[in-house]
Amino acid sequence: MSIENKEFRPKIVAFCCNWCSYAGADLAGSSRLAYPADVKIIRVPCSCRVNPMFILRAFQKGADGVIICGCHPGDCHYSTGNYYARRRMTLLFSMLDYIGIENGRTRVEWVSAAEGVKFSTTMNEFVEKIHSLGENVRLEDLRCKN
Amino acid sequence: MQELINRAKELLANGTVARVLGWKKGDLSYNCEPAFFETAEDMENFVYDGFCGANLSKYMIEASKLEGKTLVCLKPCDSYSFVQLMKEHRVDREKAYIIGVACRGKLDIEKIKAQGIKGIESVEGAAWEDANDVLTVKTFYGDKTCNWSDAMLERCHVCKGKEHVIFDEQIGESRETKDADRFDRVAEIEAMSPEEKFAFFRSELSKCIRCNACRNVCPACSCRKCVFDSTKFDSAQKANTDSFEEKMFHIIRAFHVAGRCTDCGECSRVCPQGIPLHLFNRKFIKDINEFYGEYQAGADIDEKAPLTNFTFDDVEPGIVAERG
Repeated sequence: MSIENKEFRPKIVAFCCNWCSYAGADLAGSSRLAYPADVKIIRVPCSCRVNPMFILRAFQKGADGVIICGCHPGDCHYSTGNYYARRRMTLLFSMLDYIGIENGRTRVEWVSAAEGVKFSTTMNEFVEKIHSLGENVRLEDLRCKN
Repeated sequence: MQELINRAKELLANGTVARVLGWKKGDLSYNCEPAFFETAEDMENFVYDGFCGANLSKYMIEASKLEGKTLVCLKPCDSYSFVQLMKEHRVDREKAYIIGVACRGKLDIEKIKAQGIKGIESVEGAAWEDANDVLTVKTFYGDKTCNWSDAMLERCHVCKGKEHVIFDEQIGESRETKDADRFDRVAEIEAMSPEEKFAFFRSELSKCIRCNACRNVCPACSCRKCVFDSTKFDSAQKANTDSFEEKMFHIIRAFHVAGRCTDCGECSRVCPQGIPLHLFNRKFIKDINEFYGEYQAGADIDEKAPLTNFTFDDVEPGIVAERG
C-alpha cells in the first residue's frame, strides 16, 4: 500500500548571501522563529554571485519559487555587489514576466544579519504566495519530472 | 558600387591595406556572404547590393590578429557594433580601415517568398546602381514584381539612422527607410495576458532547432568560451517541444548581450526558422531605457554599459510585479 499525499508542498530555493542573509537565517534559527521547511537555502558569497542561469536552472529542475536574499543596498560586504545584482535581477524578472511566467515566483529581498524576524516573515510570505500560485508547470523541463 | 571597388583596389595597390573585408555572391545570387579579398583580381567577385545584410564587424575580431590593416566595409548599423567591440577591446582600431558604406535598406528573400512568389531564380533591381523602388523577381513561372520596402528586413523598417558612428571615409548616398517604432511589437506583447504571452513564445521558440546561428552571428556574442558549449548545459540535445530548454537558451542568450546589444538585427536575419529573436533583445533594451535611462550600445565609446554600472537609487526588482 502506498502512501498518498495529495497536499502540494512547494519546492523553494533561496539564494542567501554569506554575509547578511545567511547569518539572518541563522539568527532566525537561534531565535527559534519558524519558517517552512519547503525553503532550501543555498549559500552564495554575495547576491551578485547569482547568475540568471542559476534561477532558470532551479526552475528547470523543478523549483516552484526562487528567492534571492542579499545585504541591504549600501551594506554589501564587497561594497557594490548587490547594486549589480539589483539591476540584473530587475531585467531578468522583467524578461520572465514578458515570456508569460507568473511574476510572483521570483523575488529579491534584502535581509541583514540582524533581521532574523524579517527572514522568517519573508519566507512565510513567499511560501504562502507560491502556495497560491500552485505548481510551476510553465518553466520546468518535462525530462526532469520524477 | 564601382566607386567602392575602385577605392578598395587603390588602397590595396598602394599598400595601405593588406586585405578587404566585404561581400561576395553566394551559391544563389540573392545569398551574399562575407568574404576577404586580397588582390585586385579577387575584387572582381566583390558585390554590394540589397542582399548584403551581413554585419562584418564581428569578422574584424579575427582580422585584428592578422598582419597589416584590413579594409572593412561597414553599413551605418554595423558601425555601432564595431564601436561596441572596440569598447570591449575585441577589435583593434589601428588594424582597421573603415569605409562607411551607404545603405538604402537591406532585402530579405524570405519576405519576398512570404508574398507568395515561388521558384525564385534571381532578383533584379537590387544592385546598388539600380536601387529601384520596385524589384523584378525572375522565377520559373515568369517575372514578378515586388516593392523594395515590402521586401526589406524588419530591422530596416526601424532603422537607427543612416549616420556612421565611426569611419575613415564614407562612400555613397543613403536613403531613409525608417517607418515604424522598434518597440511597438514589444509593447504589444507586454499588453497580452500571461497565458497569451506564454503561448506566443512557446509557439515561436518550439521552432528552434538549436543550430546556434544566432549566437555565432551576433557581434556582441564573441566570448572565446561559451556557456552553451558546455556539456553540462545540454543545449545540444533537442527534446520535447514543451521543454524549457529553448526558453532557457534564448533568455540566457539575450541576457548575455543585454546592455551590449546594438540591435543590429543579425540574429533574426540568420535564423533558419524565422524566429523573431530581436523581440528578446529589444525587451532588454526597452527595460534598460525605462529603468536606467536611454542607452544605445555602441553609440559612445566612453559611456558605461548599464549592467556594469549602478546608481544608489535604482528601482527594486519588485517593480516588475507592481507594474503588473
